[in-house]
Amino acid sequence: MKILVLLKQTPDTEAKVSPKADGNGLDIAGTVIINPYDEFAVEEALKVKEKNGSGEVVIVSFGPADVKERMIKALAMGADRGIYIDNTGLEDADSLTTAKLIAASVKAENADLVFCGKQGIDADNMHVGIMVAELLGWPHVNVVNKLELEGKTARIEREVEGGQVEVYQVELPAIIGANKSLNTPRFASLPGIMKAKKKPLDVKKPSDLGLDMGQLKADMKVQVVSYNKPPQKPSGKVFKGEPVEDMVSKVVKLLREEAKVI
Amino acid sequence: MKVLVFVEQRDGKIKSSSKEAMAAAHQIAGNAANVAAIVIGASGDALKDAGADTIYTVNKPEFKLFNVMNYAAAVQKAAEEFKAEAITGMASPMGRELFPRLAARLNGGLITDITSIQADGGSFKGGVKPMYAGKVLAKVEFKGTGIKLATVRPNSIQTTVSGGASNLVELTVATADSKIKTLEVKKGSSDKPDLTEAARIISGGRSLGSADNFKIINECADVLNATVGASRAAVDAGYAGHSMQVGQTGKTVSPQLYVACGISGAIQHMAGMRTSKVIVAINSDPEAPIFSVADYGIVADLFEAVPILTKKLKEIL
Repeated sequence: MKILVLLKQTPDTEAKVSPKADGNGLDIAGTVIINPYDEFAVEEALKVKEKNGSGEVVIVSFGPADVKERMIKALAMGADRGIYIDNTGLEDADSLTTAKLIAASVKAENADLVFCGKQGIDADNMHVGIMVAELLGWPHVNVVNKLELEGKTARIEREVEGGQVEVYQVELPAIIGANKSLNTPRFASLPGIMKAKKKPLDVKKPSDLGLDMGQLKADMKVQVVSYNKPPQKPSGKVFKGEPVEDMVSKVVKLLREEAKVI
Repeated sequence: MKVLVFVEQRDGKIKSSSKEAMAAAHQIAGNAANVAAIVIGASGDALKDAGADTIYTVNKPEFKLFNVMNYAAAVQKAAEEFKAEAITGMASPMGRELFPRLAARLNGGLITDITSIQADGGSFKGGVKPMYAGKVLAKVEFKGTGIKLATVRPNSIQTTVSGGASNLVELTVATADSKIKTLEVKKGSSDKPDLTEAARIISGGRSLGSADNFKIINECADVLNATVGASRAAVDAGYAGHSMQVGQTGKTVSPQLYVACGISGAIQHMAGMRTSKVIVAINSDPEAPIFSVADYGIVADLFEAVPILTKKLKEIL
């Protein structure tokens, strides 16, 4: 079974992210990591391969050149090889453009199963994996908590509102978006790290995937025009040093009479 | 501009949050005559006078449970019938699953989790959406001429619309294929709305000390009719399930009222809840960062303050 994992990089969750002074871009201070949900995707792919006793796990990334460092980390976890799609000229690609490039590489690889993280923790979109599935005519389930594979059939659970759980039966090939509760990602072992550097990491351009750069650019559907800071709240009323009962009473009164939310 | 609204149902009941998608459609369309709604797997009767001129339904038993491929086919059919130029829906578990598929299918632009709409004179320019779990707000605009799709973050658009001729039209849609089957929807542990849609949330942090101690949060939540959340620290410590986690690797929430109990306020937590309308913080540490975003703060031990809060709320609610 050939399993592809879609992987991107993001700043870590403690990173300070703020708009540039002119709103045209972001200042990001923090470590760059594998998008946390994509680590669950890598782990699940490795687990499926191990359970089958054979197969191949291929990491696919589209983005700036340094995402290759994150791909190597996934190779160190145990993935077999990588396909890096160069984003030069397409730095402002929207979700559908990204999905077109990824779908082309999934097709070229003739994959049986694709994992991705349920969302990137940067743009918080949850778009690309689902769009890839539609472009390929495949089924997908996103925000997956539980996966059981039986041959070419998957039984999948995903949690929705109010703790309800949707249970699906899906025929492969399919795309599965991993949620945090799906598994616990492994750490790369030292031998894994040594081996990773020698594993193949192919570089592709859109033209290598049969896509025309000019056409992709012309077909973009959305663009971010500016970034702003969320409105700063005026400082609130903080009560301390009084009997707890009094402080609570005051806040309950304010919630009812000033904020009018209860 | 003609706008189609995807209205959600679960268990045959129309979800009340869908009225925000309807309000968004009115902002884009200009008036009810240009707005249609589609509800799949339930009757459209409950949508009469809810702001749509036409209400498309696909009320067949095989459409009752959400199946993304069947639902995409149904919305596509309604969009074609109505000649929709835009489609709105909610950034809910269902909307998040459906809209990217629709955008790829209809080759349209998609902006999700919009907190405010940019539209003028019947044109839909785009909207503002939080990114990095709310650390920044991005202004996103559509390009080109294709159909425009948008989902609204719950609790963002508070206006209620009404009217419309409410013509009911039953569509015939073939089920897509059997590549994906919805076997069942298991009942949840609570009938409260999901964190992402809740109007009121009360969350507990690691200072609760155990899963058992969450019962003081649960008791307060019951009185307040609030959904219970947790910080990442509490989830990592095993006091609460991941589905309860508020923050950048959990859920981004925007309720009317957010009560943080024993949560210090890590960047990733605050990113996930700072767009809440009113924030109350209860923490024994007066230096806790959570107080910087709180509208109302109480410096006190949560084990003392929360039961009193529950008692006081019981007196008035």
